[in-house]
Amino acid sequence: MTGILELHGISLSFGGLKVAQSVDLRLDAGARHALIGPNGAGKTTLINLITGVLAPSSGSVRLNGIDVTRLSQGQRVKRGIVRTFQISQLFPTMSAVENVVMAIAERDGLARVFWRPLVRFDAAFDEAHLLLERVGLGPHALTPIVHLSYGRRRLVELAIALALKPRVLLLDEPAAGVPSLETDLILDCLAALESDIAILLIDHDMDLVFRFAREITVLVSGAVYAHGAPDEIARDPEVKTIYFGEAA
Amino acid sequence: MTEQAAVSTTVPTTVPTTVPAAAVPGFGKGPLAAASRAQRPGALRLGPVDLIPWTVIALVYLLWPGQAPFAAQVLVLILFALSLDLVLGHAGIVTLGHAAFFGLGAYTVGMLNVHLGWREPLTALAAGGAVAGAVGVLSGLLLLRYSGLPLLMLTLATSAMLLELANYRSDLTGGFDGLSGIDPAPLFGTVAFDFSGKTQLLYAAAVLLVCFVFVRRLTASPFGQTLRGIRDNRRRMEAVGTPVFGHLLAVYSVSALLAGISGALFAQVNAYVTLDVLSFERSGGVMVMLAIAGLARPYGAMTGATLYAVIEHYLANVSPEFWEFGLGVALILIVLFARGGLLPTIERQVARRSGRARQ
Repeated sequence: MTGILELHGISLSFGGLKVAQSVDLRLDAGARHALIGPNGAGKTTLINLITGVLAPSSGSVRLNGIDVTRLSQGQRVKRGIVRTFQISQLFPTMSAVENVVMAIAERDGLARVFWRPLVRFDAAFDEAHLLLERVGLGPHALTPIVHLSYGRRRLVELAIALALKPRVLLLDEPAAGVPSLETDLILDCLAALESDIAILLIDHDMDLVFRFAREITVLVSGAVYAHGAPDEIARDPEVKTIYFGEAA
Repeated sequence: MTEQAAVSTTVPTTVPTTVPAAAVPGFGKGPLAAASRAQRPGALRLGPVDLIPWTVIALVYLLWPGQAPFAAQVLVLILFALSLDLVLGHAGIVTLGHAAFFGLGAYTVGMLNVHLGWREPLTALAAGGAVAGAVGVLSGLLLLRYSGLPLLMLTLATSAMLLELANYRSDLTGGFDGLSGIDPAPLFGTVAFDFSGKTQLLYAAAVLLVCFVFVRRLTASPFGQTLRGIRDNRRRMEAVGTPVFGHLLAVYSVSALLAGISGALFAQVNAYVTLDVLSFERSGGVMVMLAIAGLARPYGAMTGATLYAVIEHYLANVSPEFWEFGLGVALILIVLFARGGLLPTIERQVARRSGRARQ
């Protein structure tokens, strides 16, 4: 049986710095997988390798058994590999719904339409409103991003990702800089997603990771250090030392 | 401005005030129509403002025919500025070589007319646009792999090389002396270009109207919105799967085509072409026109090019040698006191007033 997303021996070096060392990773349908590790362990690099921002020096990325290592970022998005950003990448003066509509337009190939005004694409706007409702932002759909809290901006990011119909969803620190009250909103939202979407979550917030994940991979210096169920990882004394510091 | 919302800007202060959630009742309960639609960007609602430029042209034609040749020049500049605004304003492609496409259009018309006797104006105009557009595609394939300062240098160098090439092949281009005696045939075989310049004015206005409507629709389209997305946050657009290079190449080529048409129009209206059409001053000047008015505004090109031309026209009368000093002073004042250009400043004032009125 093959997973939805598989990394086989992914390696990448920046000069002498090995940012990924023969990483193997597998996400099955419905995976709720967390990737943890100390700062500089190469977590975001791994997301960039999966999405095609970076090309590995060796190894392969497979989606449903098909090699996508040579595909561009855009081609991978069309096949369902979708990410969110650690620092929100939204259009601050545009409303939430306009931000989401841009993703829908790209997904449906409307971004090549140059003669018909965007405002006439009612279906895209209606869908964007529904997506925002799904992440709990229905009443804020018309609010410009600059007037939304950080937590709500993260939810807009999530709505954009969902607009792209992901099969593999990569969440890069979805709760970074978000107050704990709003973290719950994000977790609730993740819990409500379709069960067949495979999710890989990166975060420093251990509370969030252990509440979310059914499987955890620990990355240290670009290499997989440990992998297992949350309780196994929590018990592993070496992971405690590396990840939580000597004091743990 | 009736169409403020058409433009996404990076300046947070120009955001229309928030619509409180309470003002938008019943979302998700049925059709999401009115409130949402009114908020959408790029609405093409025509208002009285949209009649002003064409009324002015008609008034000049009817009441001030002595200024018809000057007015036709202004329309040519507006079209050229409109083409640059597509790449610079909407797509964020910084180029200092846009005169290359203007010059290609102008020389295409000039050489077809003088060397081959191709005098039919509309097909010559199309040929000028086609040549510039084709060169836009080819040069874009190479140049658009760069951005920022390297792109600025490369576009500058490319247009400088084209200028030298035109100078070198003086047998074809007339070199320093230019090509004169361009005599377009009557429009549709009946309406002759004359010395009064009145035909030229109507012809230029018609070409501008067609191009203006085209640009207006393009910038309001999903394609236009995607361009502004690339300009403001390229990473975001790549992450939603946008083929960024393809979009940039497309808009660069369309812009080259429009710049070529403006150059072709220049040659037909003036009946001559000199090396000046390819000059750095022309590339820089058109950028200044947009800087005066503000980027990515529906009426930016019209406002900027008209002001620039009128300032130049009157200052040159006052002092033929030092008129650029006056232009420099005007520019410094705009940069210091009208951040982002005149139109964004007016928009901010209007937003502030209406905000105060609501309180």
